[in-house]
Amino acid sequence: MTIPALELKGIRKAFDSGKKTVLDGISLTVGENEFVSLIGPSGSGKTTLFQLIGGLEKPTAGEVWIGGKETTGSRGHISYMPQQASLMPWRSVSANIELAVQVAGIEKKQSVKMAREWLERIGLQEYTDAYPHVLSGGMQQRVSFLRALLSPQPLMLLDEPFGALDALTRQQMQQWLMAMWEENRRSVLFVTHSIEEALLLSDRILVLSAAPATIVEEIKVPFARPRPAQLWKEPQFNELKERIQELLHQGEAVVK
Amino acid sequence: MGNKGWSSLKAIWPSAALVIILLAVWQLSVNGGLVPEWQLPSPLSIWKEIIDSWPRLIDNASATVQLALIGFAGGALAGFILAAVLHLIPFVRRAVYPLLVVSQNVPVIAIGPILTIWLGYGVLPKLILVWIVCFFPVSVAMLNGFKDTDLGLRNYLRMIGAGNWTVFLRLELPNAVTHLFSGLKIAASYAVLSAIVAEWLGADKGLGHYMILSSKGYEPARVFAAVLLIVLLSLVLYGAVAAVEKLVIRWRPVKGERKG
Repeated sequence: MTIPALELKGIRKAFDSGKKTVLDGISLTVGENEFVSLIGPSGSGKTTLFQLIGGLEKPTAGEVWIGGKETTGSRGHISYMPQQASLMPWRSVSANIELAVQVAGIEKKQSVKMAREWLERIGLQEYTDAYPHVLSGGMQQRVSFLRALLSPQPLMLLDEPFGALDALTRQQMQQWLMAMWEENRRSVLFVTHSIEEALLLSDRILVLSAAPATIVEEIKVPFARPRPAQLWKEPQFNELKERIQELLHQGEAVVK
Repeated sequence: MGNKGWSSLKAIWPSAALVIILLAVWQLSVNGGLVPEWQLPSPLSIWKEIIDSWPRLIDNASATVQLALIGFAGGALAGFILAAVLHLIPFVRRAVYPLLVVSQNVPVIAIGPILTIWLGYGVLPKLILVWIVCFFPVSVAMLNGFKDTDLGLRNYLRMIGAGNWTVFLRLELPNAVTHLFSGLKIAASYAVLSAIVAEWLGADKGLGHYMILSSKGYEPARVFAAVLLIVLLSLVLYGAVAAVEKLVIRWRPVKGERKG
């Protein structure tokens, strides 16, 4: 059996000295080169969960294991794509990528070479030395994804990366991300609010309940890769969509 | 270029016209005997005075410029370093920061006579005065710049495992540079002002000294000539800082540059 890229063992997180429980016994794994999505009602503690995996916060109980090592409360084991592109406005597009790759431990010369090569590969070579503010929202997110992809850590956390984009750009970015990932497999944990997005991209979907969050259901997404852009036309796609919708509904009702 | 020059001309002509009208009214009221020449010399006689005493004016101005520039550079540098040190030692920052903010509302220039008592009439007390006056706005601006960083960027850097030093170097310091220039611009205008005040307190050269001398000798045109030069120096120093700012901070979005 291969070592999972990420393993959460009974993660519990409570704030206000135990009064407010946000996460209540979350256990999950992300296998090697597996794409797993977390979907849940807003306020279900997904941000907290990411901060625990990233090592910014310590769980009240439970353990975080990354690549077969316990990393609970320690940082630097993941690569990360946040909801906002979060590019440093004073660094060029290339320098932003170089910084992320250098923080991850790759030497300067190599980082410059990687950034230039890959910007060309994704068709953004003309923006290599431009400042981020001249890029559109979609282009900024491509750079942000590239920055995460080029970091050597095998586990990528994608925190609702297309949440701030308009519907059309969002659709294009989903297709783009799918193509990029199918070519460059990584272990991914992906947070989203969009059921379609989760179904299109993931191998597995974990449905969370509202706070205190638990995993209500695990759904294997059966569609073969590479997946067509018109996946939503398949009857099974809509069946799964309805089922997840129902689960989310129940998850919310539990709290009431 | 031509287009740009034309539009900037369009933007300034109302102010330029106003200045010309005011100068004309001034000249005419002096000529017409409304105000006596010894009280308010006419623009033309000030201009004549500037041309006649040009070598002396320049000689004194260069002393003032030296004082202002060295004080400005020293004060700004010290402000920059102190801000960085304070920022990296949060405990000391908590103690010092409120005092620095209060100092913004204190006319630091008033300590000039104390410096004269301690250090005499040489160049050192004058330099120290300019230095102190320039130091405070720069240090306060920098401290705010270190602190006031984008939360998303900070969170991102910490998520990917960046240490405190990387966060300082890659986020806090570049962020503070934007703020640095607002502090430098305040310091630039204070630098010339405090140099003049320092020279009033006792000097053997400089525009401040020249002003006092001319005032005591009842030479109104000469005093006005000196004032005009002081205003010019202040504006030039401020303009120089603003120009450097434009050069250094090229990453700022310009209106209409963002793509859809």
